[in-house]
Amino acid sequence: MTMPFYVPPEQLMKDRAEYARKGISRGKSIVAVEFADGVLLLGENPSGTLQKISEIYDRIAFAGVGKYTEFEQLRIGGIRRADLTGYAYSRDDVMAKSLANAYAQTLGHVFTQEVKPFEVEVMVVEIGDEHETSRIYRVTYDGTLYEEHGISAIGGAAEDLARNLGAVYHEGASLQQALSWAKTACTSVADGTVSGWEGAVLDRNLGRRAFRRLSTEEIEAA
Amino acid sequence: MTGGDGLVLEAGTPASSFAALLRSRGLDPQWETGGDGEVDAPEGTTVLALRYDEGVIMAGDRRATAGSYVAHRRVQKVYPADSYSAVAISGTAGIAIELVRLFQTELEHYEKIEGRRLSLAGKANHLASMVRRHLPMAFQGLVVIPLFCGYDEPLEEGRLYSYDVVGGSYEETDYAATGSGGRDARLYLRTKFTDGLDEVGALELAVAALVAVAEEDTATGGPDLKRGIYPNVVTVSDRGYAELAEDRVAEMARMVMERA
Repeated sequence: MTMPFYVPPEQLMKDRAEYARKGISRGKSIVAVEFADGVLLLGENPSGTLQKISEIYDRIAFAGVGKYTEFEQLRIGGIRRADLTGYAYSRDDVMAKSLANAYAQTLGHVFTQEVKPFEVEVMVVEIGDEHETSRIYRVTYDGTLYEEHGISAIGGAAEDLARNLGAVYHEGASLQQALSWAKTACTSVADGTVSGWEGAVLDRNLGRRAFRRLSTEEIEAA
Repeated sequence: MTGGDGLVLEAGTPASSFAALLRSRGLDPQWETGGDGEVDAPEGTTVLALRYDEGVIMAGDRRATAGSYVAHRRVQKVYPADSYSAVAISGTAGIAIELVRLFQTELEHYEKIEGRRLSLAGKANHLASMVRRHLPMAFQGLVVIPLFCGYDEPLEEGRLYSYDVVGGSYEETDYAATGSGGRDARLYLRTKFTDGLDEVGALELAVAALVAVAEEDTATGGPDLKRGIYPNVVTVSDRGYAELAEDRVAEMARMVMERA
């Protein structure tokens, strides 16, 4: 009869966390910056079709970094959850907080129960009618949920990005200003060369569906 | 796989269809009634659509009837399907409104997951299958017949589709109408329709047709100047779906009714 080796739980969690962090640090990061009319999401993305930023619901957007297939699965799960809630109740009943909780639950569950943890970090952003009611949530690979204000970053370079942005950020900036902050921060962690941008905004002037993708020209011009 | 109160990540769930997602969870609307008797539910009456030089215009009266009663005076029968198409309903109002809600959610769900809108023909076919699915209810007198129109972005033109009770979908070239006054509306449009109408001309024709139908069909409500009830009129063009402002429709209704 074979006996399973005893692995202390601390060691097990540490190994898993290290594995997940390694996977995430291989990919590019994404930043969120609040501006006067909403929230900007921007990241480096060499692919024009494999997108990391997406619309989830009328005023909610999603961004994921790490392993594409894994955060894509989370993105679709989020859209399903939001559409099911909105269809069963009302469009106003879909909230970023409950969605962020669901992501935290799922990632936490996968981290402890599955063979391997998800190598992803995700962000759920919601805009309200004004700055005070906008929400930015960040969920890490182990299901830890953070609420952030004004700026946020996910990915391997998240800490550097948040520090760079924190030094310049102030409330009520224009989209142009927010774009230039975000671009400067991303360029600085990418050693000066960025191979393609992906950006989108949640803009409260756009009506019911507040999500809009930014064109490459629009990002490069800023 | 699902984690606690987490997300819908089951591998077996079809990729991008909201209706299929509802079905897989047993939440889809049950288009079957238990009994054999007939139900006297409110019915929406006349809706119509026609092509004009920029796209399509769609209009509907505001009345819902139950038997010979007026059940509601301000029913909305023309809805956006997505940003480049519109859907109008006739028949059992309660079921039709649910059908529209499901259709809207389906189109947006697909668009968000796939990153692009369904083609116009794809939307029309999907609506056809939704109508077909509710056939068991039609046998109990709860008939729903929609009208669908939209702007075909690759072809750069407006297109319109009419339906029958078994879910047959028919593309129409110039105009279409359905509901209790649908026949009268088609007759009117056949004599007055011309190619290349501008937006004002198309609005005038759509409102005039509804006014004419209200003269012939008791279930169709004409513009009510005293209460301020006017038809819903929307356009779909290369600029997308747009509702026409009520005062524009009101002004046109007054003009048409004075002339009649």
